[in-house]
Parts: sequence; structure tokens; C-alpha cells
Amino acid sequence: MRMRENTILRVAAKSLLPFFFLFAFYVQFHGDFGPGGGFQAGVIFAAGVVLYGLIYGVDAAKAVIPKPWVEVGVALGVLIWIATGVATMLEGGRYLEYGKLDVAHPVHGQHLGILFVEFGVLMAVASGMTLIFYLFAERGR
Amino acid sequence: MDVPVEAFLFLLLLVTAVQVARLRDLYAASMMTAIFSLLSAGLFVLMDAVDVAFTEAAVGAGVATVLSLGALSLTGSREAKKRGQIFPFVVVTLTGAALIYGTLDMPHYGDANAVIHRHLAPDFIRGSAELEIPNVVTTVLASYRGYDTFGESFVVFTAVLGVILMLGTGKGAKP
Amino acid sequence: MSAYLGLWHYHACIVLMMVGLFAVISRQHLVKKILGLTITQVSVIMFFVAMGKVRDGTAPILATMEAEAVATAARDVDYSNPIPHVLMLTAIVVGVATNALGLSFVVRIKASYGSAEEDEILAADHETSKRESAAL
Repeated sequence: MRMRENTILRVAAKSLLPFFFLFAFYVQFHGDFGPGGGFQAGVIFAAGVVLYGLIYGVDAAKAVIPKPWVEVGVALGVLIWIATGVATMLEGGRYLEYGKLDVAHPVHGQHLGILFVEFGVLMAVASGMTLIFYLFAERGR
Repeated sequence: MDVPVEAFLFLLLLVTAVQVARLRDLYAASMMTAIFSLLSAGLFVLMDAVDVAFTEAAVGAGVATVLSLGALSLTGSREAKKRGQIFPFVVVTLTGAALIYGTLDMPHYGDANAVIHRHLAPDFIRGSAELEIPNVVTTVLASYRGYDTFGESFVVFTAVLGVILMLGTGKGAKP
Repeated sequence: MSAYLGLWHYHACIVLMMVGLFAVISRQHLVKKILGLTITQVSVIMFFVAMGKVRDGTAPILATMEAEAVATAARDVDYSNPIPHVLMLTAIVVGVATNALGLSFVVRIKASYGSAEEDEILAADHETSKRESAAL
């Protein structure tokens, strides 16, 4: 709790955090064109929450990203994967055959499918890492 | 000629790895593990694996270190004493010798004629161009090997479930 | 001997792997074992990524979408192999999740045994089983 008096860390962290989250989303949506994707974006997003929690206390972090959200987020990430697969099956394709998502333009369908599943990965990884951090921090007091 | 750079990085990695094994202050050992991850990210860039380097830097130096420090604050950070090191050393040397013997008939590092570069990879690279996605790693990750990545997300989900079961602080928790 | 010189990257990875394995089997503290496991894991990942490297190749991010040019580049192996990258990328994230599971086991062991040192845990187990067999 001595962290609370550490002005330099508090100011530096607060001014860095917006860029953390912006960078996470940049990595997520630019993953098709450069290095990056759901896994990296998820970990960067979680690292931002962890930094905030380390410096301002876990309760402050939980006020921003409540624990029930991340608990649901892990399951939702996996569900988005499953839903994408089921959607392609309903369109008459095989499981995770993204081309069927847009019958007229299979390439566009592929882009759509990759966007969905990468979002699922982002949800699962970001929520999972944040939740693990919360659990360890709760145990510590 | 980039071999000396890689040799230098391997040397630094070896020093940090030995320090992780040797240090008895476990906070210091955790920080050494973070340095190891960061240095290995540099090596991954030299091996053209930019996506892997990115992930390793974010995971190894970011989240994993915080988790091991959190665990250390709950378990005590001092390693009490050492035990005999001759037997482990013999085991490790024998295992390492067996593994090195196994590499002797592998294609050399960077050999473009190696089998793995000749069959599946060119198809994936051409396919990525057909899908108009420049990053081949993303195409293979999400589309060609979608089932694999789906399984990996499920493994993350299961591991988190395990941590909740082990450390959960809901009603009636904490033995 | 010089025939094997082109393999030194793999051998360096194996040496690092063995340092990690040494930490796993020779140290008493359970968190230290998990740190050693992390070292081993990163070295294995390094080994796989090293196999995907192509000399004079570049990162597998296409410079052009032109079908003809990409086909030529793929035939001439201008790009490093993306497959090990994909496999290892997911392995890193799964690795940190499973490491966290291992650390949570250590925390619980510390809570019930009062120690995270392997020999003390084994001694406590031995004590319990001796007491139980005496009670029978």
C-alpha cells in the first residue's frame, strides 16, 4: 500500500494508460496487416489493467473493469468461437468455413470470420489474464 | 553476417538462465526470468518471428512476471537450502547429450531446402495472398489452423477455470 | 565436426533447455521449479522458431498481393516459415495460463502445508502416513 504515495509512478502510469489500451486495439485491428492479433492484443490489454491495479490498488482496477465482467468475458470469448463455427454451418458450410459467411464474396467472408474469431481470442485472453491477476491479488490480503 | 549478434544474445540468455537457477532470492530470480523473456524476444526478431517476439515480450516481461511476484508474496521469497547437485547435473547432461545427438541429422539452420519449407508453407503464403491478408501468421492462425487456435482458446478457458477453483474467494471459500 | 557447425543454434537452445530442467529438478522451492519450467518452455519455443528460419528470408508479412510475385516468392522461399510461428504464438499464451495454474497450486500447497519447500512437504506427508498406519 506504500505504492499510494509514490507520485512519480502514479502520474507516469496514468498518462501511459490511454496509450496502452489504444495500442491494444491497434494491435487487434491491424493484425491482418502487420505483426499482431488477438493473443497479443489480449495480453497488452490485460497488462494495462494489471499496471493500473498494481499502482492504484486492485479495488480501483475492479471499479474500472468489474470482476463479473471478466468472469463472463472468458466464457464469452470461447462462445464467440463456437458461434462463428455454428454460423458457418447454418450457412451450409463446414464448421469454421468462413467463406460461407458471405456467399457472394468468399474472400470477404473469410475477412469477417477472421475478425470474429480474433475478437473471441481477444476476449478470452484479456479477461482470462485479468481474472487470474484479480484472483492472486485477492488471495494476498 | 548476423551470426555474432545471435551468439551474443545466446550468451546473455545463458547468463540469465544460470542466474535463475542459481539465485536463492526468488524475487531476483523472477526478474531474471523477465529479462530472459525479453532477450529471447530479441532473438525471435532475428529469426524473423515478429509475432512470436511480440507475444513473448508482452507475456514474459508483463503478465507472467506479475503473476510469479504475486505468488511469491503468498509463499515466501527465500529458498531455504540446496540439496545435492551431482545427480541432477548428471541427469541433465545425459538428457542434453541425447537431444544434441538427435539434432545431428537435422537440416542446417536457415537451410532453404529443408523439407518443412518446401511443402505446406508455400501453399499458405500463396493462400494468404488470395485472401488479401498480408500477415501470413494471422491467416494460418485464424483460418487454416482455426481448429487449433479454437482449442488453444479453450485451454486458456480451462486453465482460468482451474485457477478459479484453486484460489476462488466466493462464498464458503478459503480453507 | 564442421559438418555440424550449422546446427549450433539448435544446440544453444538445448543448452538453455537443460539449464531450465536443472532448475526444475535440483531446487527445493516450488516457485523456483515453475521459474525453471518457464526457462525450459521459452527454450523449446526458441528451438521451434529456429527451425522456421530461412537464411536471407524475411518475416512472413507479404510485401505485395500480386499473385504472380507472391508465387515466385513462395517458390524461392523468400519468407521464413510461418507455421512454427503460429504454433509457438499460441503456445506462449497457453503456457502463461498453465503457469498461473501451477502457481495457484503452489499457493494452495503453502496454505495447507505451511511451506513451499519440496522436502518439508514430503516430510509432512511421510509423517501423516506414519501416523495413520499407527492408528490402524
